[in-house]
Formats: sequence, C-alpha cells, structure tokens
Amino acid sequence: MTEYTVPGTSGLTMNEPLLWERGREGRCGFSLPRRDVPETELPAELETPGPDLPDLSELDVVRHYTRLSHWNFGVDTGSYPLGSCTMKYNPKTNEVQASRPGFAQAHPLLPASMSQGILQLMHDLQTHLAEITGLPHVTLQPAAGAHGEYTGMRIFYAYHQAQGRQRRKVLIPDTAHGTNPASASMCGYQTIPVKSSEKGVLSVQAVKELMDEDTAGIMVTNPNTLGLFEQNIREIAEIVHDKGGLIYCDGANFNALMGIVDMAQIGVDVLHLNLHKTFAAPHGGGGPGSGPVCVTSELEPYLPVPRIIADNGKYALSDDFPDSIGRLHTFYGNVGVMIKAASYILSLGPDLKKVSQLAVLNANYIKEQLKDSFYLPYDRQCMHECVFSDAWQEKTKVSTLDIAKRLLDFGFHPPTIYFPLVVSGAMMVEPTETESKEDLDRFVQAMQIIAREARENPDILHQAPTKTKVGRMNETMAARNPCLTG
Amino acid sequence: MRYLPHTDSEVQDMLSAVGAGSLEDLFSPISKDCRRTSALNLPDPMTEWELDSHMQALAENMGPSQKALSFLGAGSYDHHIPASLKHLVSRSEFYTAYTPYQPEVSQGTLQAIFEYQTLASRLLGLEVSNASMYDGASALAEALLMSLRIAKKKSAVALSTAIHPHYRQVVRTYLQPMGFEIVEIPWGPDGRTDLSGLDREDLAAVAVQSPNIFGCVEDLAGASQKVHDLQALFITAFTEPLAYGLLPSPGSQGADIACGEGQSLGIAQSFGGPGLGMFCTLKKYMRNLPGRVVGQTQDDQGNRGFVLTLATREQHIRREKATSNICSNQGLCATMAAMYLASVGGSGLRELARLNRDKAEYAKQALASAGCSLPFAAPTFNEFVVRLPRDAEEVFARCAEQGVVPGLPLGRFYPGLEDHLLICATETKSKQDLDTLVKEVAS
Repeated sequence: MTEYTVPGTSGLTMNEPLLWERGREGRCGFSLPRRDVPETELPAELETPGPDLPDLSELDVVRHYTRLSHWNFGVDTGSYPLGSCTMKYNPKTNEVQASRPGFAQAHPLLPASMSQGILQLMHDLQTHLAEITGLPHVTLQPAAGAHGEYTGMRIFYAYHQAQGRQRRKVLIPDTAHGTNPASASMCGYQTIPVKSSEKGVLSVQAVKELMDEDTAGIMVTNPNTLGLFEQNIREIAEIVHDKGGLIYCDGANFNALMGIVDMAQIGVDVLHLNLHKTFAAPHGGGGPGSGPVCVTSELEPYLPVPRIIADNGKYALSDDFPDSIGRLHTFYGNVGVMIKAASYILSLGPDLKKVSQLAVLNANYIKEQLKDSFYLPYDRQCMHECVFSDAWQEKTKVSTLDIAKRLLDFGFHPPTIYFPLVVSGAMMVEPTETESKEDLDRFVQAMQIIAREARENPDILHQAPTKTKVGRMNETMAARNPCLTG
Repeated sequence: MRYLPHTDSEVQDMLSAVGAGSLEDLFSPISKDCRRTSALNLPDPMTEWELDSHMQALAENMGPSQKALSFLGAGSYDHHIPASLKHLVSRSEFYTAYTPYQPEVSQGTLQAIFEYQTLASRLLGLEVSNASMYDGASALAEALLMSLRIAKKKSAVALSTAIHPHYRQVVRTYLQPMGFEIVEIPWGPDGRTDLSGLDREDLAAVAVQSPNIFGCVEDLAGASQKVHDLQALFITAFTEPLAYGLLPSPGSQGADIACGEGQSLGIAQSFGGPGLGMFCTLKKYMRNLPGRVVGQTQDDQGNRGFVLTLATREQHIRREKATSNICSNQGLCATMAAMYLASVGGSGLRELARLNRDKAEYAKQALASAGCSLPFAAPTFNEFVVRLPRDAEEVFARCAEQGVVPGLPLGRFYPGLEDHLLICATETKSKQDLDTLVKEVAS
C-alpha cells in the first residue's frame, strides 16, 4: 500500500524553514499606527529602500516560533541537571510581577519622584542580598555573573590603586569557573593558576607559596566546581589579607549556602551572585542574567555608580561617589531580572535555608545512587553538585559525550560535561532542590541503564541520540567553515 | 513550600540513603567557625496573594509616571510591542532553557539566534553578528577593546562627545585599567561630530553614534573616509536601531563595527534593562568578535542544524586569552528582537521608521513655531533638541506637574546646554499628544 505524504507535514516534528524562506513581500504582522501627521521630505542622501528583511503575517510568525519552541528543552520540559548552572524551577508568579506595567513601562531616566516603587524594590533587594551573603554593601548593576566578576576585579583594581600601588597578579584555583581568568585579565591582571589538593580543595600551603605583595588577591569559587566547600577558606583569607590582598568569591554556586555560611565571617571581601541561578530567575536560553556584587564596608566606596540611596523612606539614584569605579551598564542593569529574584526571595523568606539544605540533599542522594555505576573521582560529601567521570566507560570506548547524548534519548538534559577541567571526562550533576525524589530516581535509573549499555552494547551510545529532532551535529564543519548568517 | 517537592518521609529516606542523620549533618564539611549561627533575617514568606498586592503597590508607586505623557528617549524608547510577541516569548521552552550547550535539544534557541544574527546583520548592513551583548554601552566598550586587539600596537581610541554620555562613562570604566587613552572629539555647530581636527595616527578606532545623543544623523560616509585615512577602524554606535529602517545602514557607509542598543526592537523599557546589546562586524574580524555566536551546520544524517561555534575564542577554552569574558548574554532579548523584526518585516519597518521621523518632525516644527529655537541644523530621526527661552529643568518640573514628561534637560550631561531639551516622539504619540507637548513646553 502506498503511503501518501505532503512534504514537511509528518506529525508534530514538522520542518520549519528559516524566516526568510517563509516570507512573501508585502505581508506585515504588525499593526502600524494610523498616520495623523503629514509626510516630510528626507534629504536625498538619507533616503534608502530600507533593509532586506522578510515580510511575514502574524500567523506566520506565531507558527514559526511555536514550532521552534517544540525543539527546545527547558526546565518546564524536564530535569535539567546542568552542573553549576543551577537550573531550578522558575516560579510563574515571578513573570507576573516583572511584567506589571508600572515596572515594565518605566523609563530609566524618569526623575526619582516618578520611580519610587521600583527604586524601593531594588533597595529592598540589596538589603536582602546583604543579609543572605553577610556582606553589607551591594550593587545590582552587573548584567550577568561574568559581568559581576569583572566588577569585582575592577574593585580590586581601584582598591589597590587607592593603596598607592597597583599589583600585577591574581591567583585562580583550577576549580574556579572558566570566566574567572578572563574577567581578571580584562583588568590587566596576569592570572596565576593554583592547583587544588588531592582532596579537591585548595590547600593553605599552595596559596602560601604563591601569595606575595605583587598579587592583588585570589578568586575562589566556593563551593568549587567539584561541588566541594573550600574548607580552608578562613586560613587562606588570613594569608591573602596579611600580604595586603583581597578575597573574591565567585558565588555562582550560592544555591548550596543560603542561611548556612556568612561570607564576611569567612574572610570574603567581594562576592557576586547569579540571580538567574540561585534566585530562580529564568536564564532565557542565553540570558538575560543578573550578577549583583556584594562587598565589605572597606570596599564600599568603589562600587559602581549610580547607586540607590535611601533617605527617610525616599529613594533616589546618585552618582556622587568620587572613588567609584564608574558605570558598567547604560542604565541600572537588568531590572526585570531583579524583580523576579525579589519576588522569589519574598515568597520564601527565611525558608531559603531549606532550599539550600534540599539542594545539597538531592546532590548527595544522586552521588550515592550512582557511585557504583560511574567513577567518582572525589568521593566526599558534596554540596549542591557532584562530579563523575567516564573512567570506567572508557574501556568500551564510551565517552562522556556519548553518555550525555544517550541521556537525551531518555528525556533528560545532560549534566555539564568536560568541566571542571581537573577531572578528565567530567560529568557535573546538579539536580537542584526543585526535583522530586521520583524524578531523581528516574534520572538514576536512566544513568544505570546507560552504564549497562556502555558495557554490553556500546554502539547504542555511539549512535545516540536517536529520538531528538536532529542527530549529532557536525561541530567541526561549523567551526572550519563558519556560516553565521543566512 | 510550593517550590519544594519533598515530603518529610522522603527527606528521611534520602537522608538514610546518604548516611546523614539530619539536614544539618549534610553540611559537616563546613567547619563550625565558617557556619552562620543566626537564622536569615528576612520577612516571613509571602503567599502568592500577599506577593501580588505587595508588588502591585510598588508598581503603582511610580508617582504620576504611569499616567504621564512622556517624551523621554535618550537610549530607551517607547514603541508599540505586538501582543503576539509577548505571547511567543512567554513560551517557557524558550525562557526556561539555559545556554544551548546540547544542540540536539536546543534547536529552537539556536535557530532563533541564527535568525537574529542574520536579521541584525541585514539591518546594520554588515556581514556577521554575534548572539548579543549586555547592552548598548557595554557593546561599544567591547567594540573598542576589539579594535585594540586588532591593532595590536596602538593604545588610543577616539570617541565623539556626541555619543550618549552613559556609553562614554562605561567605556571609561572598561578602558581605564588597561591604560588605554581616550581622545574626545567635539561636535560642530550643526550638532554633528566635527572630525576636522583629528589628525592622530596612533588610533585603533574612532567611534561616533548615529543618530547621536542630540538626535542628529551623522555623516557616516564622510566620517568613514576620514577614519580609514587615519588607518583606524570605524565604529558606529546607536541607541535607536529603528532609524535604520529608513536611513542608510552603518555598513553601507563604511562602518567596520556597528554596535548599540536593540531595546527598541520589541523589548519593554523595564527601567533600563534587560535590553539588548547588538554587535555586527565584517567577516574578516569574525574571530575577534566578543561573546557567543551561532553557526549553521549539519547533523549526522545531513539535516540542517545549528550549534554554538567558534568557541575557541571564548572564556571557557581560552580562559585569560579569551576575546571577552561573556558567558551569559541577552539571548531571550535577541530572540524577541528577531520576533519583532519578523513581525514588522522589511516593508513595515520602513513605514514605521517614516512614521517615527514624521511625528518627530511635526513636533519639532510646531515647537519652532511656538517660540523654541532649533540649535542644530543636521537632519534628525525621532529625537531632536530644542533650545528654550529659559532653564530646561524649570520647564521640565512645570510640565511634569501637568502630567507631561517633556524630554531630557541636557544640562545634566553638557554644561552650557542648560536651556536645551532633548525630545523624543515615536509612533506611539498621536498628533494630539504632540500638540499637548507643544502647549506645555511653550507656555
């Protein structure tokens, strides 16, 4: 029997052409306002036919993006245990709050008298972030975590400048996030790698050997990218401070520490937070994020401007901080993301501690359930994430990449792979606190099946994924012959 | 707790599975002297209802701004956003995803960004685009850093003083620790950058903004010639990309890099962020681009697909030698901009840009007839400067009382221009709104 088909209409995974392959000149999916003023002449040299963009109807656009969305995996689609990215559930009420017209339609240059509500929200958020971290002064301006790191390094730079002598180097442990060295070098610092110990954390000795009076300080990711708390941090802070240096803490993994650790108490001078991780603002498939920076009182004068000032219940923005590092964003950062984080903090309050406890419980649970199936290079109690490797699967020529691709066939987003660099073939699993025990058990079961397949039938893994809309991508071709526009 | 699924008995089961006696035990690797002893001093958890009323009260406590008729522009613009856009961008498959590290389950994000890169390149008339930057100001700062990477031996750049003052402040923050020199270029009597005095040959780049902070459309072709004669890269910035729906694109006028703010393209103003840093350049500089890029490729069956590519320039591989430290950018905003450009289309964008220009032109002429003077003769798009017979802050305060935010007094940024007001009129303003503005400003 012949099966009749119409091209591009096989079930729900229809092929979706590129926008400009769909367009027909003369369509418009936009309601142009009525013209009520006369046309004016434009100087001849400024008159052009306009850009070459496709013309589509509203329904063309709606179907196009609805179909594209079908081929995307988000937290609402399924478990997303992407280590260090903290892909927790994003409460829907946060979206409602950020889209309130009073916030969404506010112009950033409105006078303070016309923007009290949003300034108060931002001021309260700063106060809450100070309480959560233990560091008393906060800027909300950085637009992403790495932007926060950069802000922190600029503060290092300004601080040492004010001490009368600039320093040249910054220490960066091998378990720090990949953005740290790039952020330090953007301020002209030479980065000095520090090896972590066989226990997966920084040793006091290693820092002692490298720290000198030409070193501006150290950038520690804590908990680090092995999912371990840097337990020697207090002693390390003393060594660095004794030589006149500062401690930067990359707080991207703060999801493990809310209500547990006071950053000022352990000697941290500067810390950034990722509102799009720890505080449940969605990441948007690439951003926007938001990376507030918290500092000690000693470093407060260097925070970027403008800053929110409160006086008797009235709020305003001020540029009047002569020692500030300056401005980092056209206006005040990603305010929409701040609203979502504020909404999350207000929904949970002191229960944020419970969030961290359960995030750590979930990670340890996965670690225990899977450590017989996958090699666990650092078999210690972990924080909010744990790191396995492909050491046992290598024997049948199965790699971390194969394992990740096979997980896609089971409907899970894979963990972060090949990171941290200190573990060869790393798989960094971060379940987050919003995954239920049933979902964790399902993930464990899928991973165990994959471990068995790797022993018994490795080809299944080499050919994975087979249930996604497209198969493995030719990344070499993309990089050798870059095609960035159509 | 509605976001936490664990029941008490599940917590107990899991604790025994990991060999811990209590939740507190999970933190035993953290020594006592690192532990916080007090509970978090935060307000009690709010129910969804309490949160709604709290947030609503704040959103309404914006003084008269919600009902005010505003003519503020200067880097953030009021444009009509189609309902379809809000609907599409609210699809959680887009907004609850991370950076597309696994292309097989991220084709939605990847194709959307590839399309954004294409539309951005076409709008700005250049060959390649990145997947977005934080905002217009950081895009300009990164463009200048990129020019300094390309011109290895040069350590100075020149900036027009008619570039948005906030953009120049951000550039200073970024360039200062590296010891790069910033040369300031004045503007001439017509409101456009005056490049005639620029004769240094040690510049890595020269940057102008068009339309500039005074709304004036720069002579980009002329500037390009001059800048290239000095062997420098020509960078053009913008705060209002809709202008290129009508005006010649930066690329067509000789720009090597065009960068700026894309908020106008369907993104809410949100008190200044999130917006969209746009960044386009020539193919020959592709490997110097900061930030992420998406490229087209094929899967193992030969199907078209998209991946993050040219990663060897990036922070997670090159670490301290990377072209920038950017990891998260403004992906969802870039997607919104593409949705917007697709909705308006090429023909629609030209008509919309015309309408913006005509609205502003109507207001400009009406204000001139009502006694304001027009200090700058250069052509403008949807923003322009008027000179008032008195102090602009005074006029601003008086208008604001009447519920009209008449624009931005320029004395805040430019000493000497205390009686100058920067006014923006987009397609959202009716003739009646414009007449109200004229009445309030000129009275």
